[in-house]
Amino acid sequence: MAELKYYLIRRLITFVPTILGVLLLVFVISHAVPADPARLWAGGEKAKPEVVEMIREKYHLNEPMHIQFYYYIKDLLSGNWGESPVTKRPILEDLADYFPATFELAIASTILMVIVAIPLGIISAFKRDTIIDHLVRLFALMGISVPVFWLAIILQWIFYYQLGILPATGRGIEPSVSYTGLYLLDSLLAGEFDKFVTNLSHIILPAITLAFPGIGVIARITRNSVLDAMSSEFIDFAEARGLHGFQFYRHVLKNAMIPIITVLGLQFGFLLSGAVITETIFAWPGIGNYAVKAINALDYPAIMGTTLLIGLVFVIVNLVVDVIYALIDPRIRF
Amino acid sequence: MVSMPRSRSFKFLMELREKNQARIKELRLMYEVLKKSPLALIGFILVLGFIVIGIIGPYITPYDPIKIDFSNMIKERLQPPSWKHWFGTDEYGRDIFSRVLAGARISLMVSIVVMAIAIPIGIILGLLAGYYGGVVDEIVMRITDIFLSFPALILAIAFSATLGASIWSAMIALALVWWPGYVRVVRAQTLSVRESLFVEAAKAIGVKTSRILFRHILPNVITPLLVLVTLDFGSVILTSAALSFIGLGAQPPTPEWGRLVADGRKWFPTRWWYTFFPGLAIFLTVLGWNLLGDGLRDMLDPKFRRRLEFRKGDTNE
Repeated sequence: MAELKYYLIRRLITFVPTILGVLLLVFVISHAVPADPARLWAGGEKAKPEVVEMIREKYHLNEPMHIQFYYYIKDLLSGNWGESPVTKRPILEDLADYFPATFELAIASTILMVIVAIPLGIISAFKRDTIIDHLVRLFALMGISVPVFWLAIILQWIFYYQLGILPATGRGIEPSVSYTGLYLLDSLLAGEFDKFVTNLSHIILPAITLAFPGIGVIARITRNSVLDAMSSEFIDFAEARGLHGFQFYRHVLKNAMIPIITVLGLQFGFLLSGAVITETIFAWPGIGNYAVKAINALDYPAIMGTTLLIGLVFVIVNLVVDVIYALIDPRIRF
Repeated sequence: MVSMPRSRSFKFLMELREKNQARIKELRLMYEVLKKSPLALIGFILVLGFIVIGIIGPYITPYDPIKIDFSNMIKERLQPPSWKHWFGTDEYGRDIFSRVLAGARISLMVSIVVMAIAIPIGIILGLLAGYYGGVVDEIVMRITDIFLSFPALILAIAFSATLGASIWSAMIALALVWWPGYVRVVRAQTLSVRESLFVEAAKAIGVKTSRILFRHILPNVITPLLVLVTLDFGSVILTSAALSFIGLGAQPPTPEWGRLVADGRKWFPTRWWYTFFPGLAIFLTVLGWNLLGDGLRDMLDPKFRRRLEFRKGDTNE
């Protein structure tokens, strides 16, 4: 297992510059792109001069750029992500309040993606070049082509306005205890099954909307990696050995899993950005909803805070994917 | 056997044909792909329709897409689809069909401007990084990696919110987000071409580096880039619509499709046509680009290609 340890250490070392890069880019967007960041953060043209001056002092905006970057990182590390001029609260607190809702939605979408897309991809591969394969392909392309905001509205129209079986907006009822901040999990842990059912019905439409583009992507990757695995020599060997049925498919699928996991990790990051649109339409109280409100209120510290958070989560998810990858595939470690 | 009279122009044509043999073969193969794959053909038709409407759309609108006719506003507002107004009307009595037609121009313009900024940056940085390697490569690729550590939409939101809500800042934001993908592709291709004999030879006889990069390496890089660009046209249209939908990007009264969907949402579901048709226009356009790009990718896939060429040879001989 020694090589695994070295691999993980190596991967963690490269993780540091990536994080610094994310910080640097958000810093550049917030400090260097606008002509007068202090005025922008205070809310644009209508900002009071004394507020602008205060922000300039507080964030060292009179110093040279590299000194500013140093203070920026120092502030971030000490938990000071700035304060929202709209909610009058520290950004980090706002984000901590809104993040669990987004996280819950992203998890639900990922589960949906896995249980729909992977079987679709496998069927598509085994029925290669048949009408089923073509339909899955068309479905996948439609998934990445549909505007998420439009899909959301249409789903609301069908399932709320026409059929009346699912709620159109909101997150449901808050469980009486909060262990994790995830309503579904908390209501189960508290034993409140009626709330669980309500909350589950609330998450279905947003989760479908958010998962829809990813379903196509994952189905395609699954199809292609299953086909790749089937054309490899060890599968020929397995066939020659007389493996069939379940045993045979197990060999194929195990080897097809690796690219699927990578893409799944990438998709999780995209779910966070898709959440910006989805949450707005379903009034889901997550960071996406928070970001859009911030955009409309010209609340720049909040916009930058959200951008930074999503960038960091994206990078961390990629790290986790790489580690899982190394655990299941010994070839990667060398 | 009667020999054909060979005029000068005919000879010229033959020469042209000979010179561009590879290109003609490529086009013929493209035609084969379109003929064989109905999905790619549908994509091609959708894209062609989008481009044509994007060019002539504003001239063929049955009504004025932007100006409000105040004298008839009360009577004409929020009318459902009819023969007079195919897609219905909005809250100011404007014809939504006209607005959707005019909107094609905006999406076409946005995607072309974004590509016109992002592709050259991608090509130049990718060629430099791939050709020189070492420190240049290291710097370019690390910067590229930073941009790629954000989901595209989030970064576009951050840039365009900072630059101010307008269609121009949305275009700049999208271009800033889109170039890193092209750097990656161009660099990877450049790396594989760099070692080939014709580059060695050009270097040996003292051809200028800029000429090697643009005349010898670039043509070999273009094809995979083309597929990516085709697929990305759809993504750029989708992302710019998303920006407009959340209030960044195009501002009223611009008939941008994402904006129209957002405006129509206020009247949903009783006035469903207001939000339905602009969204459908986005969907069909993006689907067209993706179907076409997918077909092109098949064409470049050696396995698929061999199958096609082989089958063609079969029937001919």
